Amino acid sequence: MSAGERYAFAAYAVVLATVLVYLVIIALKVSRLERDLGELAERAHERRAAEERKERVPVG
Amino acid sequence: MAAYLGDVAALARKDLLLELRSRDTVPAMLLFVVAALVVFHFALPAGTGDDAANGLLWVGLLFTALLGLTRAFVAEREQGVMDGLVLAARDHSAIWLGKAVSIVAFLVVAEAVALPAYGLFFEPVGWELLAAVALANVGIAAVGTLLSAMAAASRARELLLPLLFLPLGIPIVVGGVGATVAEEPGRYLAFLALYDLVFAILSWASFEYVVTE
Amino acid sequence: MSTSLRNNQSVLLAAAALGLLGSGVALALFWAPEDADQGFSQRIFYIHVPVALTAYACFGWAAWKALRLLWLREERYDLESYVAVHLGVIFGVLTLATGSIWAKASWDVWWTWGERQLVLFLVLFLFYSAYFMLRYSVEPGRRRANLCAVYALFGVVLIPVSFLAIRLAEQFIHPVVFNADGPQMEDSMFATFLVCLAGTLALAGALYHVELAGKRIDARVRRLRELLA
Repeated sequence: MSAGERYAFAAYAVVLATVLVYLVIIALKVSRLERDLGELAERAHERRAAEERKERVPVG
Repeated sequence: MAAYLGDVAALARKDLLLELRSRDTVPAMLLFVVAALVVFHFALPAGTGDDAANGLLWVGLLFTALLGLTRAFVAEREQGVMDGLVLAARDHSAIWLGKAVSIVAFLVVAEAVALPAYGLFFEPVGWELLAAVALANVGIAAVGTLLSAMAAASRARELLLPLLFLPLGIPIVVGGVGATVAEEPGRYLAFLALYDLVFAILSWASFEYVVTE
Repeated sequence: MSTSLRNNQSVLLAAAALGLLGSGVALALFWAPEDADQGFSQRIFYIHVPVALTAYACFGWAAWKALRLLWLREERYDLESYVAVHLGVIFGVLTLATGSIWAKASWDVWWTWGERQLVLFLVLFLFYSAYFMLRYSVEPGRRRANLCAVYALFGVVLIPVSFLAIRLAEQFIHPVVFNADGPQMEDSMFATFLVCLAGTLALAGALYHVELAGKRIDARVRRLRELLA
């Protein structure tokens, strides 16, 4: 490969690498959001369960 | 119109009177610019020529302006005057114009010492330099006042202003150095005038949003 | 705008970016004719210039959103303007990187003050880096949105002013013969360039929508957390 070819491929590779880095950042963000949402859903379930228990107590 | 100019004059007079009483800013600017010129002498190796000194003069002027600008809204912030001003002014841009006028006055005083000192230490001052400095003052004051108000609203304050200001100051340095160094100063002076016009209009129109919610 | 439409938009843009940028790079590397003077390294042009123009487009888009914010006082424009500036800085850094590589290939130096575009992007990089400093040193809210919007507007005015300044400065710093015509581009070169430009613009658009959606989801999750706390 000539020097000119190497530099040209390097320039394109820099752009590609940036897009891939962006992909990694997005992947990290999605996994964090997934964890957060799971935690929130669990909390919502617990609250629902607690409310149902509270409703049953006065009747019984 | 008359009421607007009245507001501007009152605000500028307030700043100048405050400075006359407290002498906070201008003496510091004077001392700084002369000290900077002396430092520049030692920064220039023998045989560098007058053009290099000229470039450094513009750096010195820009940094001196920065020194004054960092103090521009300190009094308002510390005394909590800004909210009062915003409530009292008929048009908020009058606050900007009043402050810009007082900044120009500070700069003129600093340059009244800096340029003779430059003439004494380095090379004689020509009319091109005087014209360029006069035009640059307007641009520096217009942009600097707005950015100073921005920086005053942030946590970083004094730290932030140079970061905001220097990229916007590059065209001023180009125009100023070009006017004094190049063969035909006319186009550089015209460029400085264009800069003044564009950024003065933009700052005047947008200052409202910087001081209000 | 409904959420599904917005998702469609980002999917469409991402697909367009993939197709256009993929074929553009293939055209640039294998189809476009070899430049007589510079040889193979001239092909950097097909990525460098579209990326630079895309950065300008991002800064322009940010200023447009900033104007809308100041005009209509709708909060969502703040986030949109910020995301556009963010993307503009990323594309600006890419412009600097590819330009630097091109300078090395052509003149055997990593940096040259004689290349207007590069110097301008350095100035813009400094300017917009200060945007982030400003944004992160003001409390979130109406005031911050206003300050950032005004600063973004200054940026879009600074671009032509700086460009003019750099051209004027060359005459006393770095004398070059300015040729308004420039080298004539062949039709096939111009076509390749256009495909690459459309590709980078679509890429920027897709990233803009993805980033914006991410930031909005973040805000919603935060609100949900407050509600469930």
